[in-house]
Amino acid sequence: MADRPITIREALSAALREEMHRDERVFIMGEEVGVWGGTYAVTRGFLEEFGEKRVRDTPISEMVIAGAAVGAAMAGLRPVAEIMTINFAFVAMDAIINHAAKIHYMFNGQFNVPLVIRTTTGGGKQLGATHSHAPEVIFAHFPGLYVAVPGTAYDAKGMLKAAIRDDNPVLFVEHSTMLQRRSPVPDDDDFVLPIGKSDIKREGDDVTIVTFGKGLEWSTEAADQLAQEGIEAEIVDLRWLRPLDLEPVFESFKKTNRCVIVEESLPMFNVGAEIAAQLQNELFDYMDAPIKRVAAMDLPLPYNREIELMALPNPQKVINAVKEVL
Amino acid sequence: MAPKKDTLLDWYRQMVLIRRFEERCAELYQQGLIGGFLHLYIGQEATGVGAVNALREQDHAITAYRDHGLALARGLDPKAVMAEMLGKKTGVSGGKGGSMHLADYDRRFWGGYGIVGGHLPLAAGIALKAKYNEEDEVVLAFMGDGSTNIGYFHEALNLSAVWELPVVWLVENNQYGMGTSVERASGAVEIVNKARAYCCGPNGRGMKEGPRVDGMDVLAVYDAVSEGIEHARKHGPILMESLTYRLEGHSMGDPQRYRTKEEVEQFVANGPIGRFRDYLNEKYKGIDPRLDTIDQDVLDTIDDAVEFAKNSPDPTYDDLISHVYAD
Ligand SMILES: Cc1ncc(C[n+]2csc(CCOP(=O)(O)OP(=O)(O)O)c2C)c(N)n1
Ligand SMILES: [Mg+2]
Repeated sequence: MADRPITIREALSAALREEMHRDERVFIMGEEVGVWGGTYAVTRGFLEEFGEKRVRDTPISEMVIAGAAVGAAMAGLRPVAEIMTINFAFVAMDAIINHAAKIHYMFNGQFNVPLVIRTTTGGGKQLGATHSHAPEVIFAHFPGLYVAVPGTAYDAKGMLKAAIRDDNPVLFVEHSTMLQRRSPVPDDDDFVLPIGKSDIKREGDDVTIVTFGKGLEWSTEAADQLAQEGIEAEIVDLRWLRPLDLEPVFESFKKTNRCVIVEESLPMFNVGAEIAAQLQNELFDYMDAPIKRVAAMDLPLPYNREIELMALPNPQKVINAVKEVL
Repeated sequence: MAPKKDTLLDWYRQMVLIRRFEERCAELYQQGLIGGFLHLYIGQEATGVGAVNALREQDHAITAYRDHGLALARGLDPKAVMAEMLGKKTGVSGGKGGSMHLADYDRRFWGGYGIVGGHLPLAAGIALKAKYNEEDEVVLAFMGDGSTNIGYFHEALNLSAVWELPVVWLVENNQYGMGTSVERASGAVEIVNKARAYCCGPNGRGMKEGPRVDGMDVLAVYDAVSEGIEHARKHGPILMESLTYRLEGHSMGDPQRYRTKEEVEQFVANGPIGRFRDYLNEKYKGIDPRLDTIDQDVLDTIDDAVEFAKNSPDPTYDDLISHVYAD
């Protein structure tokens, strides 16, 4: 079937709809997923299509949204729980980390937790300090929990379907400012991407940019501008923070010998820190320049638009970092 | 339906098994063979045995970290439970869970959980599975009095009321959460009153306020939980309370400054096992020798379990790295 350009929102809806048709055990629960149609309209029309049994509005109770979804998953259902934004997942941290991520191990494999928690992330909308960070890396700290961070409609659809079909818990993180981005997506019920595979989004010989989520947008814009100056950046989109697939990063770095990591996370203890550590460990002899990181500034995000944008990464910051390593 | 003589004798066996098993655990802990936290159930046996035996085979049980008694009552093999206490590969959780994390998928025993209240939403989720698949199954969720003050409790109970889930929420009120008495920790001192916050919606939907039963009387607990299960099957969730007492410290090495020796003595004198034994002797004249035989058999079972656990291998490096993810 022909690929159609659709938005990330449409891609997510399609993935959910297809998987719900494919497997009776798949259901949705969360705040405003039903009557409202989803805070970000991803589940609009689902209540009418699938009914109250499978599209379940919950009270404002993040602990029990995550926790009950864990129990239902252990017992054999395949919940797709929605937590409105990742900031509210802090309230449910215990259920996600201590239970979703650890139960399979702690009971020696007796229970699987085939759970997807969908949530949105990201700043740049003047929502202030409590609603604006992109803290997905925190969740990637813990073995037992996969963390998906798609940046295109193609990836969003294929990765969400993979997440729903997998027997492990997945935190599926969607960027709230990217839902309208379009890209061609196979119109195929069985289009499923592998879990834990990063992807080369652009080829180039001069520098490796490693990124994910919103960083893909900043990096692509930066790469377009750099190309006009004759600098060719290779962009590796991680797509998953766990399982973390660094093979393409290593391969690229062997070629470019230079690396910039771009992410919306806070600057300390972030994805860039992990990748820099692994690169110097694995490929010290290939390194021609210090590895640079582009991230948000080390502060709670402010409300004021000008200074909020100042605190976040942008294409210019990526360009500056690339020029420093060249 | 009143339980038959053999059933009652089996309950007696279970209660003695739990008591002797845990006494042995305490010894093994002193000897350094059991590590970590060890929370004894001693004093609460009538609650666990009465409640678990009210479950039908298809029903589910889940609890917090004070889980040995419930695991044994649910029929987990004492050998595998003891092996877990010693952290052995043959343990119910492969030596990776420990005392607080006993579970057995086949027996629908969904585990002990070390985070206070953390298992309560899981219970709601398991019950949702039953409702979703239209299966006649009930979840019996045990919890301590202290856990009724944590956010998880309120969210889990509320959701179970809104979704009319088949859960029996059973508070094992042993009067303390660690060293804090119910009066010092809970706005409502009759914990079942908290059910009122989750009742009533349309058509009376919501949490039923169940009874406060004498948790030292195995028969009373059995009857009350049986009724609770019937209610949960037909109408949805119910909150009930079993009034009991923990005769030992919160965990090993608790100096117990929060209560007096005299208070504990009172409960020792009216312990659940002695009470049930008196009841059986009253009801079945001349049964005493048979109870002695059961006592002896239990000791043999425990010797075997300890022997098995001691002779079992430790988990290996391969075990260490296995089951981080589902295949
Ligand atoms: C979230 C959380 N907070 C604190 C603790 C430490 N803690 C362990 S048991 C306990 C007391 C719980 O009392 P209760 O619910 O009455 O159960 P009981 O120990 O009496 O069986 C506390 C505070 C914990 N394990 N988890
Ligand atoms: Mg207590």
